[in-house]
Amino acid sequence: MSPRTRLRVFVVAGAGLLGLLLWGFAGLPDFGHYAGPYGDILNRVAVHERSSTDIVTAVNFDYRAFDTLIEEFILFAAVIGVASLLRALRGEHSARPDDDVPGRHVPETSLAVRLAGLVLVGPTVLIGLYVVAHGHQTPGGGFQGGVILASGLLLTYLSADYLTMRRVGPTWLVETAEGLGAAGFVLIAVGGLVGGGAFFQNVLGKGTPGTLPSAGLIPLSNLSVGLAVSGGFAYMLAEFLQQTLVRRGQARGRRRKGP
Amino acid sequence: MSFFPYAVAAWVVLIGLYGIVTSRNLIHLVMCLSVVQSASYLVLLSIGYKDDAQAPIFADVPLSTPAVDPVVQALTLTDVVVGVTVTALLLALAVQAHKRYETLDPEDLRPRRRR
Repeated sequence: MSPRTRLRVFVVAGAGLLGLLLWGFAGLPDFGHYAGPYGDILNRVAVHERSSTDIVTAVNFDYRAFDTLIEEFILFAAVIGVASLLRALRGEHSARPDDDVPGRHVPETSLAVRLAGLVLVGPTVLIGLYVVAHGHQTPGGGFQGGVILASGLLLTYLSADYLTMRRVGPTWLVETAEGLGAAGFVLIAVGGLVGGGAFFQNVLGKGTPGTLPSAGLIPLSNLSVGLAVSGGFAYMLAEFLQQTLVRRGQARGRRRKGP
Repeated sequence: MSFFPYAVAAWVVLIGLYGIVTSRNLIHLVMCLSVVQSASYLVLLSIGYKDDAQAPIFADVPLSTPAVDPVVQALTLTDVVVGVTVTALLLALAVQAHKRYETLDPEDLRPRRRR
């Protein structure tokens, strides 16, 4: 199909889709006039029931914690998928990330970028830990904080190079974080089953809302999800950056013989 | 104006699809798919929005303060995570496609005859 024909097909199909979308959206409650009862009920009871002042976290890690467990394993599966898609193929080997084209001028990373990256590593990791730890009180939680922690590691790539990043966050470390976090989340759920008779039952004391040790299992869930997400993201980033090191001597030679 | 956010979501879906249809670069295509998906964040958050209400966080306000729906916000978090995983997997596929065909242009991706 030529690009022109494809665009024509798209214009027709897009117009139809737009009509259907607008028709469907017209049946939704007006913007600003929330209709469903669940949000209002949760906002009223969640702080008393779960001692979590962040209702979104209470929903994610308590009321529908089982969904979040599956969600965490979607991420886990994606990390495995990226790792297996980017595995070393036949005829590939790794080499130092030097430029292979002779005579090309590659500018060095500027001192400003290096310095800013280096200065930001500490604060970024601190913010990541804060967001993970206070997920049940203020906006944040394991997913958000885990991504911030992984970007802390990425800053070392920005301010140094890939090999330095691998020294700061070696494979065994990020793999352990990912595995421990995912397993920990399951164990917390099973702990509720053993101690309270239901999967994810909040068996720890509720504590005072608004204090750090409160909301029972929610901070622990946040911690293990934070560990899993930071490990998973660090692993995926490393897998993609690893591709800059890949050399394909054999494959290139074989292709020339082809048609 | 009460319909405006939904109209924006519909527009975001279509503009993303347009990008996918006309894309000449696999990375650009994956980003366009993210654009399409971000429309679902808009729809979810718009459904839960309430006039003159605050975020569903009661750390420093009385419990009687009106707040927007936390359920759709939690769903949006799931949506974001799923979006990230899809993006990561597709980018990995783009890397491998580039290795095999030495191009990122979807127009040039033809089935290669096995030797």
